[in-house]
Amino acid sequence: MKRSNAPLFWLPFGAGGMLAALTGTMLVFITGIAVPLGWTLRAELMSYPHVLALAQHGWARGLLLAVIALFAWHAVHRIFHSLHDLGIHSGATAKLVCYGGAFALTVITAASLWSIAH
Amino acid sequence: MPEPKNIEICVLRYHPEHDPEPAWRSYQVPCTDDMSVLQGLQHIKDEIDGTLGFRWSCRMAICGSCGMMVNGKPRLSCQTFLRDLQPGPVRIEALAHLPIERDLIVDVGEFVNKLEAIKPYLIPREPRTLAEGEYLQTPAQLERFEQYTSCINCMLCYAACPEYGLNRDFIGPGVIALLHRYNADSRDGGQAQRQPILNAEEGVWSCMAVGYCSEVCPKQVDPANAVNQNKAVSARDYFLRFLAPKGAAP
Ligand code: SF4
Ligand code: FES
Repeated sequence: MKRSNAPLFWLPFGAGGMLAALTGTMLVFITGIAVPLGWTLRAELMSYPHVLALAQHGWARGLLLAVIALFAWHAVHRIFHSLHDLGIHSGATAKLVCYGGAFALTVITAASLWSIAH
Repeated sequence: MPEPKNIEICVLRYHPEHDPEPAWRSYQVPCTDDMSVLQGLQHIKDEIDGTLGFRWSCRMAICGSCGMMVNGKPRLSCQTFLRDLQPGPVRIEALAHLPIERDLIVDVGEFVNKLEAIKPYLIPREPRTLAEGEYLQTPAQLERFEQYTSCINCMLCYAACPEYGLNRDFIGPGVIALLHRYNADSRDGGQAQRQPILNAEEGVWSCMAVGYCSEVCPKQVDPANAVNQNKAVSARDYFLRFLAPKGAAP
């Protein structure tokens, strides 16, 4: 039987799922609720200079890349496999759009983080 | 003895030699508290219509031959009681996703072929003489595979699996659980021979982790768990084969 290349997609999917489970809710709470509403956290925590500094900081950049890219790989994998339930035939085009999207987002994120490095 | 109450049992009947397609037929069956769905069907066959076809043997959830859809759910009919389905009607169909041979009897050929393909027997690591005595196994080693030995090949998990419904080439939950039963056995050395089946698209990678297979399994085998463990094994095999080409999987 022919070996499947699924592990290439499954590994970032699994890693993204793990990361999302561990950090997703808190990230939504901090960036989407707590900071904007000024609950417990100060608004300037997410001011441009603050976030820029974070994105320029050694391992924090790696973490940002992981959160953005792996979340994306996780999401597209789920979307791709849910297409059938939406009545969309999940052929090569759908695959290209989904995983290509995650790939593009990964490259763009990496390039952006690179470009703002000191 | 309390008077038996009647219950309506609707059966999806199909005799391919003269029915253009399966059709529902309804029967009134006297039902006592201790009657299983299987006994309901036996009443129909014995008293109402002798042409009704269904498989059964043990009547005690051991042989795995009486699987069918009961009110849309894959069930062993000998283990499902009519009293729990009151007031009815009870709708009985052949196991979903499988070709109907006649009435409630499905074609198991495909399943048996898959089962054969995974070599469901111990393949010793090296030849062993009688003089060497029996294999010894610790309780921990036994625990690694014991639950998977409980599979009775009833195929309820195939009727439950939406991925199998889409693609019948998928090896499927039950057979993967049995494959794992042998791979996980310390006496077995056949993993390298079985691994190509797991690694294929039709192997573990067709599974989308829905988990309904484990929910319907009458023997608590948890086939979804076997599939999931083997996704990790297969992924490791995928990436490590370049480092250790022979028998990369542990
Ligand atoms: S794993 Fe469970 S549901 Fe599937 S064939 Fe075996 S006993 Fe039946
Ligand atoms: S008759 Fe054997 S499992 Fe139901």
